Amino acid sequence: MLVRVQDTPFDASEELSALLRTAVHHQAGAVCSFVGLVREYRQNPDGSQSMLRAMRLEHYPGMTERVLKELVEVARVKFSLGAVRLIHRYGLLKPTEPIVLVITASRHRSDAFAACEFLMDRLKTDAPFWKCEYTQDSATQWVTARTSDNIQAERWRDDPQD
Amino acid sequence: MKILYFAWLAERLGCPEEDLPLPQEVKNADDVRRFLQQRYPEQAAILDDPAALRVAVNQQLVDWDYPVQCNDEVALFPPMTGG
Repeated sequence: MLVRVQDTPFDASEELSALLRTAVHHQAGAVCSFVGLVREYRQNPDGSQSMLRAMRLEHYPGMTERVLKELVEVARVKFSLGAVRLIHRYGLLKPTEPIVLVITASRHRSDAFAACEFLMDRLKTDAPFWKCEYTQDSATQWVTARTSDNIQAERWRDDPQD
Repeated sequence: MKILYFAWLAERLGCPEEDLPLPQEVKNADDVRRFLQQRYPEQAAILDDPAALRVAVNQQLVDWDYPVQCNDEVALFPPMTGG
């Protein structure tokens, strides 16, 4: 189980290769990965788009690592995972750069898929990260949380195992 | 008590962190929020709605009725937007 919070870029394909090399030790029959990227445009409330210059991710050092490790541990038990790799960036990011990577390995694909979704849904509402967008016109704007993210995360909470 | 703020809340209050002696009547996280409204009267409105903010005590996300003690680390911040 690997959790990293870092201000430097990561190579998603290298991370996937590293996990695949050890998959045999984890008796994995299925590996699922998700990569979240910085978009090139910001969607404005009026429906228009502004081109992004950069994004800054602030986090709560200490709490972030703790929350992510707890979520990984819940996922490991809930979905019988053999291996997990979760990496999240903070600091300054450019459009198209990866923000977050989740790789899950399990004996069967349904668990690997579900674990990947569970980790993404829950980290969005539980891990203390905040995005600030810088547009080409020099405007700075904090991203507001989406109600749909809460609904996505809530559907995992009905389960008494969690 | 160590109090931390993040994202636009830190910007609006003008500081990311401070050490404050808390009055006796502050018993839970919501009391901290109300105490901060008095401390920052010009920013009281952004601290008005507890449902629009999140609170962590000792790096654990908690509900507003969670008890606090003077050596706790309390953090207030907007809903998270990671991932």
